Amino acid sequence: MLRLERRPQPSKMWSYLTPLIAVAATMIVGGLLFAALGKPPVEAIKTIFWDPLFGPFASYSRPQLLIKAGPLILIAIGLALGFKAGIWNIGAEGQYIVGAICGAAVALAFYPMDGFFIFPLMILFGGLGGFLWAMIPALLKTRFGTNEILVSLMLVYVAEQLLAAMALGPLKNPEGYGFPGSRNLQQYEAAYNAEIIAGTGMHWGVVAALISVIMAYILLGRHVLGFHIRVTGEAPRAAGFAGVHTGRLVVICLGLSGALAGLAGMFEISGPSGVVSIDFNVGYGFTAIIVAFLGRLHPLGILLAGLLLALTYIGGEMAQMTLNLPSAAIQVFQGMLLFFLLAVDFLTNYRVRIGQKEAV
Amino acid sequence: MKLTKLLTSAAVALGLAVPAFADEKTKVGFVYVGPVGDGGWTYEHNEGRLAVEEYFGDEVETVYVESVPEGPDAERVMTQMALEGADLIFTTSFGYMDPTINVAAKFPNVKFEHATGYKRADNVSTYSARFYEGRAVQGTIAGRMTKSNIVGYIGSYPIPEVIRGINSAYLHARKVNPDVQFKIIWAFTWFDPAKEADAAKVLIEQGADVILQHTDSTAPQAAAEAAGGVITFGQASDMAEFGPLPRVSSIIDNWAPYYIERTQAVIDGTWTSVDTWDGMDTGMVKIGEISDAVPADVKAEAEAMIAAIASGEYEPFTGPINKQDGSVWLADGETADDGTLAGMNFYVEGLEGTIPQ
Repeated sequence: MLRLERRPQPSKMWSYLTPLIAVAATMIVGGLLFAALGKPPVEAIKTIFWDPLFGPFASYSRPQLLIKAGPLILIAIGLALGFKAGIWNIGAEGQYIVGAICGAAVALAFYPMDGFFIFPLMILFGGLGGFLWAMIPALLKTRFGTNEILVSLMLVYVAEQLLAAMALGPLKNPEGYGFPGSRNLQQYEAAYNAEIIAGTGMHWGVVAALISVIMAYILLGRHVLGFHIRVTGEAPRAAGFAGVHTGRLVVICLGLSGALAGLAGMFEISGPSGVVSIDFNVGYGFTAIIVAFLGRLHPLGILLAGLLLALTYIGGEMAQMTLNLPSAAIQVFQGMLLFFLLAVDFLTNYRVRIGQKEAV
Repeated sequence: MKLTKLLTSAAVALGLAVPAFADEKTKVGFVYVGPVGDGGWTYEHNEGRLAVEEYFGDEVETVYVESVPEGPDAERVMTQMALEGADLIFTTSFGYMDPTINVAAKFPNVKFEHATGYKRADNVSTYSARFYEGRAVQGTIAGRMTKSNIVGYIGSYPIPEVIRGINSAYLHARKVNPDVQFKIIWAFTWFDPAKEADAAKVLIEQGADVILQHTDSTAPQAAAEAAGGVITFGQASDMAEFGPLPRVSSIIDNWAPYYIERTQAVIDGTWTSVDTWDGMDTGMVKIGEISDAVPADVKAEAEAMIAAIASGEYEPFTGPINKQDGSVWLADGETADDGTLAGMNFYVEGLEGTIPQ
C-alpha cells in the first residue's frame, strides 16, 4: 500500500529535482496532447525545445531568447524577494507599464535633443515610476492593512487605462496622422536602447537582468536584509523576535519589485518595442510570476526558468509555423509546466512509503 | 582539362539546381492578431488563406501564426517566417505596421502586405476594405429597427478606420430616424471576448436595442442573445450562427480574391507595391444575408442601397455633412476624398461624446 508521510525537513534533493521532473512530465503529456491534435509529438517537442537553440535559424532565435527572457527575469527577481517574505505583489504588469510610460515620457520630453544624459535619466525615471506605483499597495497595506494582492492586481487595470490615455493624448506622435501611439524611440538615437553588440540580443535590459540575478544572489545569501526576508517568510513570529520591522520590509520588498518591473518596462519600450502604444504590455508581469515559482524563488533558478519560458514562446511560434499547431495548444503546454511543478512539489515536503504504517 | 572539368561540374551543379528550383513552392505567410477561431476578423483572413491553398494546390504552401501581440513579438514572428523561406507575408492587423516596415527592410526579396496601415515601401503593399460602405447599410437597418432610438457601438481603437465606421453608420441611421442616438464604448482591444461582452451588456443596460461592434469576437452577439430584444450585425464575418436574431445581417470581409491575386503576382514575378482600398464594387466588402427578422420594406431599402453602392451610384459620405462642431465638412452633393477618409479623426454632427485623445 502506498502512503504519504510528511518529511521532517523539506528534501533538498527533491527541491532541485522537481523542476526537471516537471519539465519532463510536460514534455510527455504535451506530446500526448499534440498527438491527440494529429501532430507528430516528437517533432513538435523538438521544434519547441531544440530548434530555437540549434535549428537552422538559431543564429537569429538565440539572441531573441535573451530579448524575451530579459524582462521576465528582471521582474521575476523582484517578485521573488517579496514572495520569499510572503509579500505578494501580483501587479508587476502595472508597475512595468508605469515604468515604461515614465521612461518614454522623459525621452519624448527631450526629443529631438541629443545628450548622453538622456538614457540614464530614462533608466532613473523608469525605475522610479515602477517604484511609486508599487508604493500605493505598500503604503495602503502598512497604513490601513489592505490586502496587497488585490490592490496591486487592480492597479494593473488602472495602469492599462493610463497607458491608453498616454498613447492617445500627451505622448501621441504629432506626426502620426492622428493614429494613437508615440514616436518610435528606436528612431531617436539618444533614447534608443539598442543592442550593445548588434545581433547578440544583448541590450541594457538583458544586462540589468543579469546584474539583478547576481545582486539578488548576494542579497539573499550574505546580506542581513536577505536574512530578514527569509526569516519573515519561513517563520513570521520568529522574525518579530529577530528584530524585523514588518512594515518596513513590506515597503522594501514591494518597492524593489516595483522598481525592477518599472526598469523592465522602460528597457522594453526604449528598445524592442519602441512605441508607447495602447497594447504595449503583453503580460510579462504575469508570466514573471510563473518564472519566479518555476525558478524556486532562487536567483539562479529564475535565470534558467526565464530562459526556459522564453524558449517555449519562441519554439511555440516555430511549432505553429512549421506544424500548424494552434496557439492555444502552446499556451496549454506552458500552463502544464507550472501545473506539473506545483503537483510534483509535494515530493519536496512528503515522501511516498510502501507498506503499513509501523505501530507507534 | 581544367576548364572542361570546371564546365562539367558547373553543368552538374546546374542540372541539380534546376529541378530543385522548379520544385520550390511559393511560400505564403500570414500573421494573425487573434485566434483563427475568433469567428470574425482573423477567421475571415484565415478563410482567405485556405482559399489560396485550394486555388494553387501544390504550387503554394501557406503558414500562419495566430494570436501574435502587436509589437516586438510580431517582428520576431515575421522575421522567423522570412527566414524560413516565405516569399509573401500578409500581416493582418493595424498594429503590425512598424514591425512590418522594419522586417521588410531586412528582407528586400520578400514581399509584405500590411492590412489597414498607411506605411509602404518597395516591398510593402497596404490593403484594406471600405468597411464603411457596409456600415451605411447597417446604419439604415439599425435606424429603422431601433425602438428605444439608442444604438450601442463597441469601438476597438480610436483610429480612422473605426471612426469612419461610426460616422457612416450614424449618418445613415439618422437619415431614416432623426431621433436616433449613438452610445459608443471604446474597448481598446481587437479581441477580448470578456471585455467585448461587458461592453455589450453596459450598452444594453443603457437602453440600446441595437449593438454594432468593431471588435473581432462573437461575444457581443452572445450577450445580445442572452439579453433578448436586441439586434446585432455580424462583424468581419457572417456570424450566421447568431441569426435570425439577434444577428439580422453582417459585413463580411472577403479577402480571398485579393490574396489569390497577390500570390499569383508573386509567382509570376509581377508583384509591385500598391495601395489597395476596395469596397462592395469588387466584392471585398459583402453584406451577409438580411434575416427575416427585418421587415420586408426595410430589407428592400437596404438591398437598394447595397446595389447603389456596389454600382458606384451612391457614395456613403455625400454632403451636406457637418463636423461635430458644426463646421461644414462636405457641401451639398460633395463627396469625400480618400485622403480625408483615410485620416478621419472627427465625428460628424449629431454624435455625442469625444474621440479619446
